[in-house]
Formats: sequence, C-alpha cells, structure tokens
Amino acid sequence: MTGLQKVLGIGRMPWVFLLPNLLAVLFFSLLPVAINVFYSVTGSDRLYPSERPFIGSVNYETLFDCTNYLDASTCSSDLFWRALGNSLVFVPIQVICMIGVALLAAVCLNREIRGRGSFRAVFFFPVMLSPVVVALTWQWILQRNGALNGILTWLGLSPVNWLVFPNTAFFWSVFVTVWAHMGFYTIILLAGLQSIPRDVYEAAKMDSATNWRVFTRITLPLLKPVLLVVFVLCVIRSVQTFDELYVLTGGGPGSATMLIVQYIYEVGFAVQPRNFGLAAAASLLLGVVLLIFTGLQLRLSRNSQHG
Amino acid sequence: MADVALSKSGAVMRGLLFARRGRNRLDVTDWLTYGFLVLGLLIMFTPVAWVVLSSFKTQANLQEFPPSILPYSSETAVVEGFDQPLPLFDVNLKDGTKARLAQIRRVGRNAQMISPDNPGAGRLTVAVTDAVPVRKVRLAIENYTNLIASSGQAMGRYLYNSLFITIVATIITLVMNSMAAFALSKYRFAGSSVALISILSTLMIPATVVLVPTYLIVSELGLVGNLWGVILPTVATPTGVFLLRQYMLTIPDELIEAARMDHASEWRIFWRIVLPLSSPALAVVAIFSILSRWNDFLLPLIVLNRREVYTLQLALNSFQSEFEVRYDLMLAMTTLTALPLACAFIFLQRYITTGIASTGIK
Repeated sequence: MTGLQKVLGIGRMPWVFLLPNLLAVLFFSLLPVAINVFYSVTGSDRLYPSERPFIGSVNYETLFDCTNYLDASTCSSDLFWRALGNSLVFVPIQVICMIGVALLAAVCLNREIRGRGSFRAVFFFPVMLSPVVVALTWQWILQRNGALNGILTWLGLSPVNWLVFPNTAFFWSVFVTVWAHMGFYTIILLAGLQSIPRDVYEAAKMDSATNWRVFTRITLPLLKPVLLVVFVLCVIRSVQTFDELYVLTGGGPGSATMLIVQYIYEVGFAVQPRNFGLAAAASLLLGVVLLIFTGLQLRLSRNSQHG
Repeated sequence: MADVALSKSGAVMRGLLFARRGRNRLDVTDWLTYGFLVLGLLIMFTPVAWVVLSSFKTQANLQEFPPSILPYSSETAVVEGFDQPLPLFDVNLKDGTKARLAQIRRVGRNAQMISPDNPGAGRLTVAVTDAVPVRKVRLAIENYTNLIASSGQAMGRYLYNSLFITIVATIITLVMNSMAAFALSKYRFAGSSVALISILSTLMIPATVVLVPTYLIVSELGLVGNLWGVILPTVATPTGVFLLRQYMLTIPDELIEAARMDHASEWRIFWRIVLPLSSPALAVVAIFSILSRWNDFLLPLIVLNRREVYTLQLALNSFQSEFEVRYDLMLAMTTLTALPLACAFIFLQRYITTGIASTGIK
C-alpha cells in the first residue's frame, strides 16, 4: 500500500480506499438493476444474456394480462395477482399490528419499572433467531398435535388445523412475522421516547394532566418523526417478507400466504422451466414500489434530524 | 452515533411517561404496564423454551396428544432371557389386583407381558387399555447424539459452511466498509459526494429485487454451489459504510495531520490510528453482519444447490421434508441452530440495541 501511495500520490489515495467497496456496489447492486431491465425485456429460460432473444414488453403484458383485475383467476399470470393481492392485505395488517404492539411495548419499557433491561432483552430475543428457526418453532406449536391444540383441548375446546385453512394460516403468518420482528421496532421507538426531554413531562405533571392526555398530547406528537421512519421501514421490510412464510406455510394452503417475493422466487428459480424474464419484470415492479417508500424514508429522516 | 451517548445516559433520561402517584404506591397504569410486559414475556419466550424442552423428549413422548410439559421416558427393566431392556407398565389384572409388568411385545389391542421379578411365571396377555406405562422425567440426550451420529459428517459440514460464510463475509465487510468510510470522512476530494451517494443509493436496492441478476453474476463468476457465491454479493453493506463514516467524522483531524507530519503513510494512518479509534462502531457493524449472515436464507437457497455446501439454515429447511416423522431429530437440530446466536445474544444485546437505535433513526 505504501508503494501505491508513492506511485499514485496522496491525492489519489481516497480512491484506493474506496475501490473495493465501489466495485462490490457496482457488481452486486447497480449492475444488477441494469441486468434486471435487460432480463425483463427478453425471453426464454436461458440464463446467459447472449442466448436470450429480445421480446419487448411481452413479460409485462403477461403480468398485466387480465380480463378482470379484481379476479385473479381471470389473469394469465394468476399467481402474480394472487401474490399481489395477498401482499396488499398482508402488508397493511402486519404494519398496523407491528407498530401498535411495538409502540405499546416501547411505552411500557420506557417507564420506571423493575427489570427493564431484562424485559427489553426478552422482547428483542426473537429478532436474533433465524427465520427458519422461527418458522419451525411455530410450526411445532401450531401442528395438529401441537402445544396450542393441547391447550385448547385442556380448555375443553376442539383442536384446529391452524395451517390448513387459508384464513387461520394467514392470521398466523401475520402473527409469526410480528412476533419475530417487533423487537426491532420496539428498540427504535424506545430510543425515540428516551430522546424526549424530561422537563416536558415534569411540566405536564405540575398541571396534573392525566396519563392519557400526556400520551396523546405530548408523547405522540414528539414521537411523530420517529414513528414515521419506523412506519416506512416497516412497510419496506414487510413487502419483502419471504423466509419465515416460505418455511412455515410454503405459501400455502394453496397460495393463500404467498407473497410477492415468493412469487419471484417460484417463477425464477423453483418452477421449471425457469422464467427469468417474468421474475425480473415482477422484481422491477417491486423495486419501483420500494423506491418510492425508501425515498420517503430518507426525506422523513432528514426532516426528523432538522425538525 | 449521537444516540449511543443518549442510551448511555438512559439512567438520566428515564423519560417517564407517567410518574407514579404518591410514593411507592402502584397505580393502575403500573399494573397495566407489568401486565403487558409479563404477557409479552410469556408470548416471546415460551415458544422457544417449548422447542428446547421438546427437543429432549423421546419419540414416543413427542407423539402424545395433548403433549406433556416435561420430557418423560418410559422406565425399563432388564429381564432374564431378553437382550433388550423391556418397558414397564402398571397393569390392572383381571382379578382386580395391580402389578408392575414388563411388556415383551404388543399385538393389536393386547400386549404380552412378563413379571420382571419372576420371569419364570410365564407370559401374560393383557389388554392395552388396562396397562399404563411407568414413566419418569428424563432428558432424552440421545436425540442429539442420534442426530450427530446419523448425519455425522454432514452436521459438521453444515456448521463449517455457516461459520465460514459468517466469519469471512464479516471480515471482508469490516475491512471494505471501514476503508470506504475512511476515504469518505477524512479526505476532501472531487467526487467524494458522488461516491457517497452511489454507495448510499444501494439502500434502495433490496437483495430481493435483484435476485435474478445476482444469480447471473454469481454463475458468470462460476460461483454457483460455492460458498463465495453467497459471501460476495452481501459484503458491500451501505449501512455499515454510513455508520462507520458518521463515527469517523468525530475523530479529530489533528491526529491525522500529526501522523502525516511524522511521515506515516495513509495506509498506516488508517490501520494504526483510525481503525483502533473506531472500534465501537466496528463492533456494531460486526454484530450486524454476523447476525444477518448467519441467518441468511434466500440467497443461499438459490446459490447453494448441493448438499455439501448447505448452510445450517438450508439443512434445517430441508430436514423439514426429510424428517417429517422424525420430530425428535428436527427439534434437536432447530435447538442447535438457534444456540450459537442465543449465547451471543446474552453477551451482546446491549450493543445490538444501541446499534439498531442509532441506525433506525437516521
């Protein structure tokens, strides 16, 4: 390296330091986006670009070829619309549950209670577990002869095949993903709560404001920037949910819990012949949606720093 | 990284949402708080504890419904004339007396039993409904030994693959990110903002979106089915560069100027001055990297297409279909896969939460 400095001069050294990271970024982030565009306008199941004929917008037309957009079964790529429909239901429900529970947990953890550190650790614990472990853990609990049905039987109720029916499978998909990731958002919200100046609360106490009033009139408005950031982060990550559900339900029963990333995986990698073009087109659409939200997040977090 | 300082002063900053009414009296909000936290504790912790507990149950014990809470296994006795120890049962005999007998074999609804104390008395035929197995609480360690024995080499292989990917990717990530962060925080040069923006712009390109092209590039490099094929696409983490850069900006420039006066090379300054001083931020980046590489699933799923290069996560996922009926092995494997991070968690949770708090807000 010292030799390099002699050759290039000190002015070029920053580029030497930047080079490895820029190369990695170029090859595994920026270039893939361009390749994605290329894939989405070419056809066949060949992987190598030179073997792929140009077909224009056929892949996009295939994705959007529906007689009735509200009924997935009338589309030529019905799985895509099912996955999209599932995502459109899954994401809002999951985000609302996630932020609700995480905010409640953060507010509780922000109070002066015994064992705060340990409680915080417990809420965060599932975030550490790998998605496969999380999914198998819940599968073990939800299976026909699992602990949950054991508890139901003990209470005198009849056992349920939780992951066999679309609605219950969907409920548990939301539950398990919230269970696994809420700790992450709890920590961010807790940091936000702790940065609220104490004297505001002191003043409220002087005026003997009720707890509820303090929460709605002081805590929430002051927490708003952090809440917005958490909201956007949560949406971005929720749209990309794959691992837990792939192992827990495999997208089933039928395609009731198949989300958009699993569709991309199935079309591009799991189902033969592999349709890279269709997968790429679907990923680009996903990318556009995420881009909008990420831009939003950057703007919001910038405002929250200045505001 | 300002928030790190914030959470350190957490003791001072106990932004109490509601102060207690009066002294040492719990009011209703305190009860609600404790109630919610204890409920949370149960919901968060019980499932994992249940899996660990279940992993010590014998196969017979696992198939019971409703499941027993503690792991039980049947008591056995060695009876003369039989090679294997026989399971013991408490039997209601037809004459109304109770006896403890050993079962030789079960045929339909009847079982052939023999008295372990008096094997000479001959065999009895007992209806299964009249017999209750004698059980004691015991940890079935054999689940783990069977797992290691049955997949012997393979388990070690998976563990090695996971460790290799995690360690190598983390080291490369740290070196690469800190070099880039050093350039972006300690030099003023034309194009620095372009470089920063191009690195941060990758925040907007999630791995799931570029799955297909990443696979193409990995296969063009000839790395499909190779551990490096999982390592390379993940090393340029923009958040790592960002965190380290923010931290390095706080290192005084005078230090670097003084080193330059002493004719230290730029590389030496980076290696000997800036890196040691950035160790808190490096620790956070390292923990994040270890966490995400150990838990990675989607990229390995498409790149690692042979059993020999499976990571623990992939192996665990494939066990699901193979060991459909061998829950004992599957639970043991799940516990083993979760174990390393659970241990790490106990030591590192403070750093992780600090790191998340500081990255999430910015």
